[in-house]
Amino acid sequence: MSIAKDFKKGIIQENPIFRMLLGLCPTLAVTTSVLNGLAMGAATMTVLVCANLAVSTLRELIPAKVRIPTFIVIIATFVTIVDLGIAAIDYKLYKALGIFIPLIVVNCVILGRAEAFASKHPLLPSLADGLGMGLGITLSLTVVGAVREILGNGTLLGLSLFGAGYQPVLVMILPPGAFLALGCLLALINRLTGETS
Amino acid sequence: MKDSKLIVSASPHLWAPDTVSLIMWDVVIALLPATIVGLALFGLPAVFITLTCIFVAVVTEWLCQRVMGRKVTVTDGAAVVTGLLLALNLPSGVPLWMAAVGSVIAIIFGKQVYGGLGNNPFNPALVARVFLLISWPLQMTTWPEPGLGETGLDAITKATPLGVLKEQGIEAASQIPLIHSFLGNVGGCIGEVSVLALLMGAIYLFWKGHITWQTPLSFMAGLAVFTGVFWLMDNTQYANPIYHILNGGFFLGAFFMATDMVTSPITTRGMIIFGLGCGLITGIIRLFGGYPEGVSFSILLMNALTPLLDRWKFTHPVKFGEVKSGG
Repeated sequence: MSIAKDFKKGIIQENPIFRMLLGLCPTLAVTTSVLNGLAMGAATMTVLVCANLAVSTLRELIPAKVRIPTFIVIIATFVTIVDLGIAAIDYKLYKALGIFIPLIVVNCVILGRAEAFASKHPLLPSLADGLGMGLGITLSLTVVGAVREILGNGTLLGLSLFGAGYQPVLVMILPPGAFLALGCLLALINRLTGETS
Repeated sequence: MKDSKLIVSASPHLWAPDTVSLIMWDVVIALLPATIVGLALFGLPAVFITLTCIFVAVVTEWLCQRVMGRKVTVTDGAAVVTGLLLALNLPSGVPLWMAAVGSVIAIIFGKQVYGGLGNNPFNPALVARVFLLISWPLQMTTWPEPGLGETGLDAITKATPLGVLKEQGIEAASQIPLIHSFLGNVGGCIGEVSVLALLMGAIYLFWKGHITWQTPLSFMAGLAVFTGVFWLMDNTQYANPIYHILNGGFFLGAFFMATDMVTSPITTRGMIIFGLGCGLITGIIRLFGGYPEGVSFSILLMNALTPLLDRWKFTHPVKFGEVKSGG
C-alpha cells in the first residue's frame, strides 16, 4: 500500500469514528461545540501521530510479550505533554475538555493504530497513517460538535446563526443529544456511501 | 394473508380476532373522554395542538415508511394513537411547531428507527414528551389555566397540583380540593387533568380486554405505598397518597402508557414488577427529584427493563408444553 493510500484511508474509508466506531467516549462526551470537538480532535491527532512515530521507530526493540504496556507508556508520555501543553495555552479550553484529555491514553484508536499499524510498518507509512487517522478523528468530532452546537445552542463557533427568535433544542448539547447526533450522522454517512445492505 | 404463498411461521398458531388497527382504534375511543374534557377545558389552543400532533404523526409515519422502503401501515391507527397521546401529554400553551417537532421525534426516534411498531423499546409518545421537556423546559412547564369552573378570570397560567406541592409546599397543596383533581379543574397537560374521563376510557379498555389490571394496579400500589410511608412518617411535609394518585399524570400514564403492549412485559409477574417499579420511581422523583412529576420518566425507565423482565426466569413467559424443572 502506498503512503498516499495510508494517509487517505483514515479520513473516510476507514474513518475511526464513523466507520470503525472506535474512541466513542470522547466523541460523545466533549462534542458540545465545534471548538471542543476540534480541540479534542487536534489533541488526539497529536498524540496519535507522535505515538505512531515512536512505536514505529522502536518496533524492532519492543519485546512482543510486553508490547501493549510499552505502547501504553509511550502513549501516556505524549498525552502528558499534550495535557500540560493545553493547560498552558488555553486554560479555559483545558477546563472544558476536563478528564477527557488524560483519557486519550485509553483511546482505543491510538492503541489500535500502534498495535495494528505502527508496530508493523516503517516510519513514513506510520506517519501517514497517524496523520490520516488523526484527521479522520478531528473531522468526525468537529462535525458532531457542529451539529450539536447548531441545534442545541443556535450558534456555530460562538456566532449566532438564527437570530434571537431561535429556541435552541437544549437536549442536543446534553448527553442524549450526543447519541442522537452521532446516530443520525452514521445513518447519513452509511446512506451516502452505500454501506447499507 | 392476502397472498397465497405458503407461509411458514413459528408457533403459536393461535388465532385471535384482535388486529393492530382494531386495538388502536379502541385506544382512540378510550382516549376520547379525556380528549374532549381537555379540549373543553383548555379551548382552541388545545384543539390546534391535538390536530397538529395527530396530523404530523400520521404524515411522518407515512413519509418514513415510504423513504425506508417499508410497508406503509398508516391506516392501522398506531400513528394516530401516538399523536393523540403526545398531545394529551403536552401543556396547552406550547407553540404548534413544538407539538409538530414532538410528533416527528415520536415517530422517527420513538418508533421507526427501531424497525416500526412492535420493535420500539420505549413508548414513542413519552420519548417525544421527554425530548420536548428537556429541550424546552420553560414552555413545557407553563400551564394555562383550565377554562371551566369558578377559578379566577385574570389568571393566565396555573401551576399543576404537583408543581404547587413542589414549589410552595404542603400548605398550599392542601388548598386544592381533590374533587377538582378528580374532575379536571386543575392545571396540567391537556389530557392528564380529568381522572374521571381517563377512568371512563380505562374501563372501556378493560371491558375490551386490551389492558389488564396488573400494571395499573401495581403502579398505583407502588406509588401509594412509597408516598404513604413518607406521609405516615411526616404528614406536615409529605402529601398523602391519594393526592399523589389523583394529581399529575398517574392515570394517563398507568392506564394508557404503562400498559402499552409493545413496551411492557408479557407475564403477570413481569407486569407487577413493571408497575411497582413505575410507582416507586414516580414516587422518588416526585418527593426527592428535581421535577415535580415523574410518571413519564418512570415509565421510560421501566420500558428499558422490559426485555430483561421478559427473559428473567421468574418473569419470562412459560413456553407451551414446557416442563418446569423438577416437575
